Amino acid sequence: MIDQDAIEAHGLTADEYRRILDILGREPNLAELGIFSVMWSEHCSYKSSRRHLQRLPTKGARVLQGPGENAGAIDVGDGVAAVFKIESHNHPSFIEPYQGAATGVGGIIRDIFTMGARPIALLDSLRFGLLDDPHTRRLVEGVVAGIAGYGNSIGIPTVGGEIAFDESYAGNPLVNVFCLGVAKTDALIMGRAEGVGNAVYYVGAKTGRDGIHGATMASAEFDENSAEKRPNVQVGDPFMEKLLLEACLEVMQTDALIGIQDMGAAGLTCSTCEMGARGESGIEIDVQHVPQRETGMTPYEIMLSESQERMLFIVRQGREAEVERIFEKWDLHAVRIGQVTGDGLLRVKDRGTIIAEIPNKALVDDGPIYDRPAEEPVDLGVRQDLDLASLCPPPAPIDAFTALLASPQISSKRWVYRQYDHMVRTNTVVPAGMGAGVVRLKGTNRAIAFSVDGNGRYCYLDPYQGAMLAVAESSRNVACSGALPVGATNCLNFGNPERCDIMWQFSRAVDGISEACRALDIPITGGNVSLYNETNGEAIHPTPVLGVVGVIDNADRILGRVFRNEGSIVVLVGESRVEFGGSEYLKVMHQLVRGRPPIVSLARERALQKLVVAAANDAVIESAHDCSEGGLAVALAECCFQSGGLGIDVVLPGQKIEGHPDLGVVATLFGETASQIVVSLSESQADSFCARAATVGVPVLKIGRVEGTRLRIKVDSALVIDVPVIEAEQIWETGLSRHFAHEAA
Amino acid sequence: MKLKFAIVVFPGSNCDHDAYYAVKQVLGQEAEFVWHKEASLRGANVVILPGGFSYGDYLRSGAIARFSPIMPRVAEFAAAGKPVIGICNGFQILLEAGLLPGGMRRNRHLKFICEHVNVRVEQSDTPFTFKARVGQVLRIPIAHGEGNYYADKETVTGLEKNRQIIFRYTSSDGELDDICNVNGSTAAIAGICNAGRNVVGLMPHPERACEPVVGSADGRVILESVLASFTDDSTAQVGLR
Repeated sequence: MIDQDAIEAHGLTADEYRRILDILGREPNLAELGIFSVMWSEHCSYKSSRRHLQRLPTKGARVLQGPGENAGAIDVGDGVAAVFKIESHNHPSFIEPYQGAATGVGGIIRDIFTMGARPIALLDSLRFGLLDDPHTRRLVEGVVAGIAGYGNSIGIPTVGGEIAFDESYAGNPLVNVFCLGVAKTDALIMGRAEGVGNAVYYVGAKTGRDGIHGATMASAEFDENSAEKRPNVQVGDPFMEKLLLEACLEVMQTDALIGIQDMGAAGLTCSTCEMGARGESGIEIDVQHVPQRETGMTPYEIMLSESQERMLFIVRQGREAEVERIFEKWDLHAVRIGQVTGDGLLRVKDRGTIIAEIPNKALVDDGPIYDRPAEEPVDLGVRQDLDLASLCPPPAPIDAFTALLASPQISSKRWVYRQYDHMVRTNTVVPAGMGAGVVRLKGTNRAIAFSVDGNGRYCYLDPYQGAMLAVAESSRNVACSGALPVGATNCLNFGNPERCDIMWQFSRAVDGISEACRALDIPITGGNVSLYNETNGEAIHPTPVLGVVGVIDNADRILGRVFRNEGSIVVLVGESRVEFGGSEYLKVMHQLVRGRPPIVSLARERALQKLVVAAANDAVIESAHDCSEGGLAVALAECCFQSGGLGIDVVLPGQKIEGHPDLGVVATLFGETASQIVVSLSESQADSFCARAATVGVPVLKIGRVEGTRLRIKVDSALVIDVPVIEAEQIWETGLSRHFAHEAA
Repeated sequence: MKLKFAIVVFPGSNCDHDAYYAVKQVLGQEAEFVWHKEASLRGANVVILPGGFSYGDYLRSGAIARFSPIMPRVAEFAAAGKPVIGICNGFQILLEAGLLPGGMRRNRHLKFICEHVNVRVEQSDTPFTFKARVGQVLRIPIAHGEGNYYADKETVTGLEKNRQIIFRYTSSDGELDDICNVNGSTAAIAGICNAGRNVVGLMPHPERACEPVVGSADGRVILESVLASFTDDSTAQVGLR
């Protein structure tokens, strides 16, 4: 009997339970209740976000697969599809950082190879609290080690990513993993069950009691008892997944496979009913055939387990032996657990007795959808109000400059990426830690670039602008490598959607992403929503993370950020304004998250990116680097770092702030105006490049030269920064690693 | 004449494709994957045991792979004096199989390290260093968590005496320096050969350093050496054939 306690324990509301009664026309049994509860959880059903996600642009000439499948796909030319997606594993990573992060990597890799694509690169977007807290350091160490442990073993390079630190993530770190794979455009495989009588197969790790209710856990906030949920976190086995990856790709070479899906959140339940719903088929399985790691597991536990490294697939009738042989080669035992039926039902049996019988469509498409109330946070006006006078007198420019270089957010991430195998597969053509990840496509002349970016502070101050800025920055990073941005995926990390201020943030962020993606012509091909990122009622900063993918038609024309030649001219593409709001400068020097984030003109952004991509393609420019956190001063310094000591001598036109001339200097150096790129090019190319920029309405300014071994930055006529590159680089190099100084470099 | 390289694929090998690409596309030689359960090395001239995480490296690295059905064939191939190279996990497998002396421990700071390092060529009379110059410094990536080579004093003395230490971690100037010995290996050992000099194991990845576009082409000399060892007359003088 289902009582009120059982309903509540499954995280279902009274209304949702009534809906189940309506669908079934009877009372569910406990197994059915469990199945509904995971499929209708926020994590699987997107019940709070679905209405809003419909506003995202998802179509485009290059889109081969939009949202709704295991991953999106974009046509990159030469008959090659880039298959990619980003996904969060925030909640598990807080509870058990190593395994939480590791299984996050494993999950997204499965989504990619499920589509018939060979995964070739990973990126991570990570958020933590401040590093002076030992607990945060433990989380960072665990998450980085978990990503390394899984990615390195399976042999997919982690070629870059981003990491940021803010108090708002102290109780809720974010672990977002992006994976990209490649397939032939005509060989994409879908997660659907079709053809009555075709066999349903299970392959991979055995099913245990781990991860039961993981999806439900990811759909609630944390409190001080969250550690008790540790048994809900699964344990990853990258070796098993490597075998699955190779075996599945080999099986996919045959045409014996109808459809395939990994068992991620909600395990066997989700994979069966989703494949059935997509193919408008029924699926009947008997749990007695499911390989089990423990004895005495109930059908309820088997259906809800989230044990890792398991796949479900449908085989064309008569081809079973051929498929089984391929898995046997890889020491994997594929077992038939049921068949496709024509009645549209998920029918679960246990030794022949029916345990559950639910329409697939009811689980997947007919779940509750909420239009949750949204209201602007009452203190938004206060957050956005920045009193410039309170920032005076500003520190000496050189002191602010060194403080910013030492900030873990800006400093070198070598301590992190050195633990990742970022070179395996020998496609990584831009070293890790240098902006967008770039991998070549062997057998073609093309390369693919991709970047993950988000800025929680901007979104906290203005989620609409902040989300647009995330799209613009990610796209700009890709463009700075010489790649034309062609598609995107997003991971939307927010607090509790039942709070109207959080829902307002979410809705505004989706609006911002939609508008920016439309303007920049980068459709969203899929992604992930992670809500309830709160602990004890404290929400994270709203953090939409964008993963933008771009194509470089001529791999010889890939750009890096580092200055290459002494004597080259340095040109600032774009134009600065006085924009301090949400900046790293305010955070580091004044411990403030205040003001309005920079205003982004999407028309300007698009023109500027196109200009840089075209100039890269014509081999006109030698390097390009996006200006973001820390402003122009930091961007210029980063162009010098890892160049072997090349310096610069530049003059920046000073911003004028009425009554506060010193603050004008600081705004010039550290303000974070969007749509700015620092490029270098030879003297002979400089004038024609500037003329070209003028024709497309993009402001450019020659600001100086690559020369000497010092960073020399003047604001108007005053020399405000003058420091040996090697000294500045040393500060930047150790800004993050010094927090882990108990171990030597 | 093209040489035929057998690239042995163990469950969990993940640098097999990289070795294949380097041999076939960069060097223009023949390459074939040989699954670890196969009964023969298919008449190959050279055997590569590639990097990766065979059997997940859940036990000691290479400890299970050494029992693979193909390993007796590799041992016979080695005993016949033919060239075998083990890279990273392949090196670990050669150690576990007893085809090379010593063992591996966790890197001294206990973390996985992936970066370009400098390795100095110590001996040029092996099929894999024959075209290199003694003292030449190669910039080649490492990517391992257990590359801290260990052998007892007696073994190391023997390796030194028989000139079996083939690569050492050094500075870019070829100087021995504790900081450059990133994983803490005994005697800064990055690679060794067997007494017959035809079996070489090393932790750095030469197959990842065969084209400037991926950051370095210094690893090519290792693979090109083995080509030359088959064709170059002077090899006879150093006893390679």
